Amino acid sequence: MITLPEVLLLAAMLFCISVVGIFLNRKNVIILLMCIELMLLSVNMNFIAFSHFLGDIHGQVFVFFILTVAAAESAIGLAILVVMFRNKDTINVDDLNSMKG
Amino acid sequence: MIEQIVFYFFGGILLLSAAMVVSMRNPIHAALSLVLSFFASAAIWLLLQAEFLAIALILVYVGAVMVLFLFIVMMLDINLVALRAGFARFLPAGITIAVLLVASMGLVVGADYFASDTYMAMPTVAAEYSNTKALGLTLYTEYLYQFEIAGAILLVAIIAAISLSINKTKINKTKNPEDQVFVKKQDRLRIIKMQPESSTRHKEPKA
Repeated sequence: MITLPEVLLLAAMLFCISVVGIFLNRKNVIILLMCIELMLLSVNMNFIAFSHFLGDIHGQVFVFFILTVAAAESAIGLAILVVMFRNKDTINVDDLNSMKG
Repeated sequence: MIEQIVFYFFGGILLLSAAMVVSMRNPIHAALSLVLSFFASAAIWLLLQAEFLAIALILVYVGAVMVLFLFIVMMLDINLVALRAGFARFLPAGITIAVLLVASMGLVVGADYFASDTYMAMPTVAAEYSNTKALGLTLYTEYLYQFEIAGAILLVAIIAAISLSINKTKINKTKNPEDQVFVKKQDRLRIIKMQPESSTRHKEPKA
C-alpha cells in the first residue's frame, strides 16, 4: 500500500536533483534542457499522485496539457540550440554575450 | 506489500538515473539515463493507475522527444571539456542546496498534512473501468477549448521549429511565378540589325 507522502517525497527528491543539475551544468545548454524535462516530470508525478489518492481524473488532464507544452518547449529549445550552434559554433552559455547584457 | 516493493524499486531506479543525468560527462549518456528515468516514472504512474498517461509518456517522450535529444547531441560537435568547467567547484554548493531543499520539502510532505483519512482512502476501481475512456470523456467535454489550444500550441511549435532550423541556402533552382507572368518581350528578346549573310560563308575554306 503506497501512501501519498511517499510519492510526494519521491517527486520532491527528483525536483531537487534537477535543480542541482541546473546548478552543476551551468555551461551546457543540452543538459539544462534535460534538467527542465526532469523538473516537469516530477511536477507531473505530483499531479498523478493527487489524482490517484483523491480519485479525481482532472489531475491527469493537467498532466496531459503539461506533456503537450513540455514537448513543444523541448522542440523549440532544441531548434534554437541548433541555430545557435550554427551561428556561434558552441553551446556554452558563457559565449552567449553578443547582446552585451 | 508487493505494491510497495515495486514502488521503491522503480523509485530507486528513477532517482539513480536522474542523478546520472545531471552528473554524466557525455551528453549521450545523460540522454540515455533520461530515457531510463522516463521508463521508471512510467512504471510508477502505472502503479498509480494512470495507464493512459504512462503509455503516452513512453510513446511521446522516449519515442519522440528523447530521440530528438539524441539526434541533436550527435549532430553537434561540442567541446566537452569546456562545458564541464566549474562542475567540481559548484558540487559542494549544489549538494548543500539539494539537501536543504529535500529537507524543507520533506518537512512539508512528510508531516501529517497529507496523511489524513482523505488521502489514505485508495479508490478501488471496477475491473471494466477504463482510464483512457474516463480521461477522454473529461478531456473532450469539460476541457474541450483547452484541448484545442493545446493543439494550436503544438502547431505553433512545429512551425517555429521548422522555420528556425530550416537551411536558408538555396539547394534547388526554384522559379518565381510572379516574375514569369510579368516578364516583357524586351526582357527576353533582343532584335539587332545586321547585314545579310553572304553565300561565300558556306564555301570550303581554301587549303
